Amino acid sequence: MASRKPDDHQDRTTTLEAFADTIIPGEKRYAGDLAVAGVSRGGGAVQAGAIELLEWDATGLTGGLDDFAAALNRHAAAYAAEHGLAAEDGVPPFVSLPYDDRAAVVRWLTAPGHPEKALWVSLALFCNMAYDSAAHLSTAEALAAGHPGLTAMGITRPDPDGLWRFRAWSYGRPLADVHPATTPSGSPA
Amino acid sequence: MNSVERTDVLVVGTGFGGAIAAYHLAAGGAKVVMLERGPWLTSGDFEHDYKLGSSYTRIFDFVVGDGMSVLGGNCVGGGSVVYFAAMPRAPRFVFERRGSIRRRMWPRAIDRDSLDPWYDRVEESIPITQQGWDDVSYAGGLWAAACRHSGRTANPVPAAVDTSTCVNCNWMMAGCRFDAKQSLLLNYLPAALAHGAEIRPLHEVQSISRTDDGGYRVHYAHVHDEDYRLTEGAGTIDAKIVILAAGAAATPVILQRSEPALGPMPHGVGRYFSGNGERLNTAVLNEDRVRDVLGLERGDGLGYAANQIGKGPTVANWDRLDASLPEYSRYSLEQLYFPPGLGTILALAEDGSWFGPRKKEMLERWQSWLIIFQMIEDDNEGVFGPPPQRGNSDRLSQQMLGVGRLTYKPTANTVAAWAMADAECKEILERDGLATVTPWTNDLVGAYTVHPLASCRIGDDPHTSALDDRHEVRGHPGIFVTDGSAVPGALTVNPAMTISALAERAIPGIVAAARERGVDVTYGAPAPDGSTSGRRGAAHLVPDLMRR
Repeated sequence: MASRKPDDHQDRTTTLEAFADTIIPGEKRYAGDLAVAGVSRGGGAVQAGAIELLEWDATGLTGGLDDFAAALNRHAAAYAAEHGLAAEDGVPPFVSLPYDDRAAVVRWLTAPGHPEKALWVSLALFCNMAYDSAAHLSTAEALAAGHPGLTAMGITRPDPDGLWRFRAWSYGRPLADVHPATTPSGSPA
Repeated sequence: MNSVERTDVLVVGTGFGGAIAAYHLAAGGAKVVMLERGPWLTSGDFEHDYKLGSSYTRIFDFVVGDGMSVLGGNCVGGGSVVYFAAMPRAPRFVFERRGSIRRRMWPRAIDRDSLDPWYDRVEESIPITQQGWDDVSYAGGLWAAACRHSGRTANPVPAAVDTSTCVNCNWMMAGCRFDAKQSLLLNYLPAALAHGAEIRPLHEVQSISRTDDGGYRVHYAHVHDEDYRLTEGAGTIDAKIVILAAGAAATPVILQRSEPALGPMPHGVGRYFSGNGERLNTAVLNEDRVRDVLGLERGDGLGYAANQIGKGPTVANWDRLDASLPEYSRYSLEQLYFPPGLGTILALAEDGSWFGPRKKEMLERWQSWLIIFQMIEDDNEGVFGPPPQRGNSDRLSQQMLGVGRLTYKPTANTVAAWAMADAECKEILERDGLATVTPWTNDLVGAYTVHPLASCRIGDDPHTSALDDRHEVRGHPGIFVTDGSAVPGALTVNPAMTISALAERAIPGIVAAARERGVDVTYGAPAPDGSTSGRRGAAHLVPDLMRR
């Protein structure tokens, strides 16, 4: 087997980052950041750790990441050709696309009836999870470190023992009439 | 030397159907072994953590199908460990449903009146609290207030939660750290163990074959304790009676895989699956309107912003549970909590997108989300294809995520009922600018259910029910099914109470069958804590159920 060139891995990472950034977009990490399109303020799936999560074999996707990236770039190249979009030299075709076109490719790949839909949905699911649940990190530690997704969602910090307890939870007063046909134990009659 | 392990009764699965059966049979004197494909965790193991590999991902499963994905328990205690503990009884009209077969789908022997004594037995065995308004979470209170504002009623939902120890952490799906949720780990299972039943975790049953003496041989694989994609050896146990309670997404798969050895299965095995008509809507609340229109205040200037706080569903609207309405137009609308991860990906932003900048903005409002859970009457559209190599799915991730063989193409009845319920959610919550409401998309992983039912159901008609009204698999005497598979169809409410009541009702018949097969067992155990009023209340029904 031919050994992989270092820049292949870099292209893979950049391509997967661009996919993750399409799912939950963020701001560019540095001037000239190609993977992150920069259509949103604050961190997105990339900053939240999507690549770390995808590269953890617990997800079951890790072994297929080369193929995901290659396939995504093939689809993007076909899309670019169809829409007369010029590719940037040395940049993977999916990364070359502006955000709206990346989103159009993702919508097409995940639409009902697309033969590869299940694969792309699973990739999107983990990108989303990197942001909304930081599934590669301990939740309490992620919050303490200012994880962009958990923080943006306003998830509160746990007690010092790592467990959540809420001391106030209820408006504490009747807020509706109950259904007239309710049994004494609270079930529908 | 070929040593064969033998038991009287082999129970597959340790959720409601398995635990209830194991308790009564062990208490009655039978030797009982329970095989559970998932791990055995206790309250100290339940973590508040979304990290892959934490209790959250070890104890439940998400099985993706074609048109329907199923969330279910995967641990000792099954669904009771991961569920939200809502325990309402099914409304009276449910038992008269006709559904897709256009004649009564429940056995003649069962209606609400005849099931009530069995509901009572469950209520005595699993402490169920009728929650007061002080127990209702902010989310439930908001839902109640919105229902009232639109001229509707709203009910606190009875729940198997000890409200005196509950801390409203909303981590119920990861197992209850505080033993507030009254899972089976606290009642039926310890009582079964006390009577000598054994529980073997990480034992995934694959199939059943016959033995020469008229009994059954159950074939299992050992599952790796961290990476469920791996197995570590296999084994068999012989039993006189087999009770399948692996869950409605797994029980029919075991029977399908057993068909070459056991002979043809009834037509109803792996057909008539119902997702309990479930569907979710997300409302994003306008906090100012919550204060101004509904007059709700949490203090500190907050109206709501409390999605994270609570104990799953606490309030339901039951106005549509009206027997005078036509079938497929009766449903409940229940406030629910769904954690991040699986709980956000399917929510749609106002522009209809499930990803992208608008979706991210919606996530930033997450604390102001209110999730409404619809339970409509579906059409039992689900069909299982040929079984996968092992278990009930091809596992993708080390835990939690797999691809199963269920196909579900909703009929016009189901689609119309969902549309009706969607419209009502919108009408209630968008009134006076309270919120914007969107349904979850069915385009990504199909519809989804946390309450799979009916894939191996009881009934009177052999063509449309895999089990007779005593839960015995037609044509395969000595094999019983007591889990959600046995429920004939959607219930319009959370089903755990009905699954449990049916399991309680099935026990006298199973005891009679075991006795016929030479097992020295009697029927008549009290509730797991020794209480006896439930037993007294159902006693008049037992002789008929034991007559074979």
